[in-house]
Amino acid sequence: MDEVNHFRRVLVIWLVASIIATPLVIFVLAPIVPPGNGTVESAGQVTDNTVLFGLSTPIALAVIVWFLYAVIVFRERDTSGAVLDGPALRGDARIQMWWVVITTGIVLFLAGYGSIRLLSDGSGGGQGPNPIATPSQAKDPPLQVQVIAQQWQFTYRWPGYGGVETQHLEIPADTTVEFNVTSLDVIHSFWAYQLGVKADANPGENNIAYVTTKQPLKFDIHCAELCGVWHGYMFDTGYVVTKAQFAAWIAAQRAQFAPATKSLPPYSKSYFPDPQRLGG
Amino acid sequence: MSAIAVTTEKPPVWRRLIGFNLLTAIVLGVVGYLIGYWIGGRINTPSTSFFSSDAGENDISVLLGYGFGVFGFLIGLGFANYPIRRMLGHPPTLAEHESADEGIGRYFRLCTDHKVVAMQYMVGIGFFFAIGGLNAMLIRSELLQPNTHVFGPNQYLTLVGLHGSMMMGMMTSSILGPFANWLVPLMIGSRRMAFPRIEAFTFWVLMAAGVVLLTTIFLGGFQTGWTGYEPLGAQGTVGYDAYLGFFALVGVSMTLLGFNLLATIITMRAPGMTWTRLPIFVWGVLSTAILMLLASPMLAAALFMGMFDRTVQTGFYVPSVGGSSFLWQNLFWVFGHPEVYIVALPGFAIALELLPVFCRKPLWGYRIAVAGMLGVTLLSFFVWQHHLFVSGINADLRPFYMLSTELISIPTGFIFLCAMGTLWRGRIRLTVPMLFVLGWAFNFLFGGISGVFLSDAPSDVTTHGSFFSMAHFHYTIMGGLVFTFFAGIYYWIPKMTGYKLSETLGKIHFWTLFIAFNATFGPLFALGFMGMPRRVVTYPTNLQPLNDWVSIWAYCIGLSMLVFLYNVVSSLIFKREPEVANAWNSKSPEFQLPTPVPVHDFDRIPVFDADPYPYGVEPAPVPAVAPAGGAA
Amino acid sequence: MSAYGRRLLGVTLATAIVCVAVGLYIGLYLANVPGSVAATRVGPVTNLYLGTVPAAATNDPHPTWVSYYVVSPTSTNWQHKTTFELPAHSLIHVTVYQFDGQSGLRNPFISQATGTVGGTFQLNGKTMRTIDPDAASHVFAIPQIGLSVPLEGVADNAPNQCGNAPCPLSMAHDTISFTFRTPGKGLYRWQCFVPCAAGYIFGFGGPMQTVGYMDGFIKVV
Repeated sequence: MDEVNHFRRVLVIWLVASIIATPLVIFVLAPIVPPGNGTVESAGQVTDNTVLFGLSTPIALAVIVWFLYAVIVFRERDTSGAVLDGPALRGDARIQMWWVVITTGIVLFLAGYGSIRLLSDGSGGGQGPNPIATPSQAKDPPLQVQVIAQQWQFTYRWPGYGGVETQHLEIPADTTVEFNVTSLDVIHSFWAYQLGVKADANPGENNIAYVTTKQPLKFDIHCAELCGVWHGYMFDTGYVVTKAQFAAWIAAQRAQFAPATKSLPPYSKSYFPDPQRLGG
Repeated sequence: MSAIAVTTEKPPVWRRLIGFNLLTAIVLGVVGYLIGYWIGGRINTPSTSFFSSDAGENDISVLLGYGFGVFGFLIGLGFANYPIRRMLGHPPTLAEHESADEGIGRYFRLCTDHKVVAMQYMVGIGFFFAIGGLNAMLIRSELLQPNTHVFGPNQYLTLVGLHGSMMMGMMTSSILGPFANWLVPLMIGSRRMAFPRIEAFTFWVLMAAGVVLLTTIFLGGFQTGWTGYEPLGAQGTVGYDAYLGFFALVGVSMTLLGFNLLATIITMRAPGMTWTRLPIFVWGVLSTAILMLLASPMLAAALFMGMFDRTVQTGFYVPSVGGSSFLWQNLFWVFGHPEVYIVALPGFAIALELLPVFCRKPLWGYRIAVAGMLGVTLLSFFVWQHHLFVSGINADLRPFYMLSTELISIPTGFIFLCAMGTLWRGRIRLTVPMLFVLGWAFNFLFGGISGVFLSDAPSDVTTHGSFFSMAHFHYTIMGGLVFTFFAGIYYWIPKMTGYKLSETLGKIHFWTLFIAFNATFGPLFALGFMGMPRRVVTYPTNLQPLNDWVSIWAYCIGLSMLVFLYNVVSSLIFKREPEVANAWNSKSPEFQLPTPVPVHDFDRIPVFDADPYPYGVEPAPVPAVAPAGGAA
Repeated sequence: MSAYGRRLLGVTLATAIVCVAVGLYIGLYLANVPGSVAATRVGPVTNLYLGTVPAAATNDPHPTWVSYYVVSPTSTNWQHKTTFELPAHSLIHVTVYQFDGQSGLRNPFISQATGTVGGTFQLNGKTMRTIDPDAASHVFAIPQIGLSVPLEGVADNAPNQCGNAPCPLSMAHDTISFTFRTPGKGLYRWQCFVPCAAGYIFGFGGPMQTVGYMDGFIKVV
């Protein structure tokens, strides 16, 4: 068979496979890929992942179809006879040029799209102490929560509510929340899964991540950076609740933890805890 | 006059054991450790509020012990002999212990024959790879159930750290050590490497490093995983010093291995072996060697700073005394990212080297393949911050590193282009090495695509530090490097040893490994997306079925390795069927030599005058002028 | 012996050595898991008696490390175990004989008890909610169920302080007791939150990170 016929067959197989697989991936698989649409940022990640899945499927199929076709069709049938050689094809400048152009184009598109998505609302990732991407929906100033990571639990401090510290996290719905993540000892990572938030907690540093909540929601919090023996057990459950429920909850927490709040240091973006004395 | 019969009597076994060899090295290594440990105990460390030496926890003792121990080990092997003899005025010599009639003893001492060093590497790395793999089986056993723990959490974290460290430290040299050392001189027409003693040195230092790492079990283990993040590492017991010592030694070994290969390829090519005629394998080795030479010193620097933090009370990585936790992360990943390309590039090299042989065509797009390898090498220094997207780095940096990381997929794509072009219209033979190369292509495709997901910062917010990133690097490193490692073994071992390996067992090994590998690591992508962080000893119960599936298939990977071991033992130790000199009809230089390859490699240094892949039926030349009608 | 026989013997020996080595290797990891102890049940309330000391017993692998021990109600019969078996959905009354000195808390928030019945604990008989954060010696916390109780330390100038375990009640100590309710069946972990590991950075290395000393498990059965 001559050259063009093979190539056309591969093209047809690839087109058919892509036309079947890509919509399946985009409309069936990608929407169920976590972290889900619970917040604006996590929904943005789902969209981003959908684009990535949608582009990778035809690309992966192209390589797989090519390899499978070649291995099946160009296989040496008579392996016991003399070893015969194939045609001495050493390259083709035009094909190489098109390959470079197409792959570069795809890569630049992905980098550009990802950057736009990242800069639009921060995508829930930690941006360091001077964030540049704040959620565009922020009408009121964001609700500030400090996430204090320590070995081995997260506690939360509320500068807008008397600097009270709580053991668990509840945030109100329909609100933009600004997480100020820091650590008291080693590097941890605050990963609020369904919120689509992940920010490393560094000792002595502040790491800001934003989330804009929508409906009430239950979310899992895990530590995502190895921090010692109980890293795997450093998890909790957080809740997005209605604004009224949140107001009641934070008031109850302030009442419950009033004694502890008296001994807390003043609220600050990072802490160098004293004492560091030896044990007795 | 009758001939005088000369009989050489071999001295008794015990007599032959005395001398500069592995046994002496082990003895001197232990003695050195004890001396170093004792010296460390004499050094008075003043107590501050931060550091006070616990009696059994003296980091200075342990680190000095390792240092002196490694020195003793190297002296016992005989590495000090040549420098001392030169200092005493003896003239320079080249070879030590290279003669072929020393039998198996050559492999247990300092031998400067590059083929012997390569075989030493093969067995040594295989040994540590087996330990790392055993650790992986134990890790998966722990993860069978979230609420029942086989091992305590401390032991589990040590297992995780040992698995990662052993694999990354050892497998980095897994192609350059065994294969490049054996093949590069033969492929460029040289009889030796540029620095044969350094070549042997890199091997023995790597073995010493492996032993140092294993001692961590007796010192309490380390809780940081292979990335050794500070300040968590500084909190560790003396087990963490074993980790520091291991990677410091690995860094030395890697730097010198890369340096030696670079010097050899640049300066020792035979006449006619121009840069455009170098086999693609040598280009891949060259690219890897550049990375090894430039990136490994970064690791050594970071580690030495860590050692100072733990011994002489500097505060490089501890924020409360003025250091920064970001410093370690950045230093480590400036090494760490080129490191993963050190692990990927040799895979590309072997794959593209084997494809022409089994497709019976020249390598398609030789120059663009070289451009791809060099492009990966260059770009790999500019992407490391993608490990730190959500770490609190300056947010302005992230779009740049997204771009640079995505750009690396372009030169990587060139490798796939050349592979696809070589396959096209070939006469493909599905031998065992070829199967492993095809397995590499499939695995690296998914590894690479998942890398694009991870390089996209919004997507990375969820997948960073989760099992998705674990699946990504296992697909590229294990699915990439380890598969091509086996391709190289099945392809070159018959040449190196002169014996056949069973083809049936090889095919069983391939298929079980390929299926088990994908069944093990494929679901890990899903686990990552479903929220399971890395290095955890427990997980939500709804993730248990998937974890159990993964663990069972991980055991199958172990079983497939047993098939391979059985193949090696039965073929190379028992059956010993001699293999012909060129079983694969390869036109590569090393296959034109007799089997076994003589100690001096070439009887005469070759002169190369053909391109490296003279396969294929050249297309018939088009006549310049149509023949005149009618007979002349 | 024929060449084949020699090789067979060599390979068999090597395989045997490898199997033994692998077994020893795995055994090294399994050997260090500390044992577990069941709490004693007296009527409707289950009692657990613990002791905290500045240094473990002199014959312990780490004789300089701080540690928790399981003790009898009269602070005898010291067992070095940190996995406690407790019945599900029950009230557990915990008494801690605290022999160690004061270190202080890194996060003063933990100076307030949470998760106990009434949010209180008894310190030497007095009902309290918080202690002075600088006076804390250890903490008993089960983060998964929100339990956290600070354990006050013996004053620096107190006479007759205990050194290594076991410590009799005649030596300087504080007695802290509290009650909490266990959840359903499962495996939970407990830890200390005071930086009491002398000589380790942030006081959180060594014993603070080693199950068997300042960390352990709660098996709710």
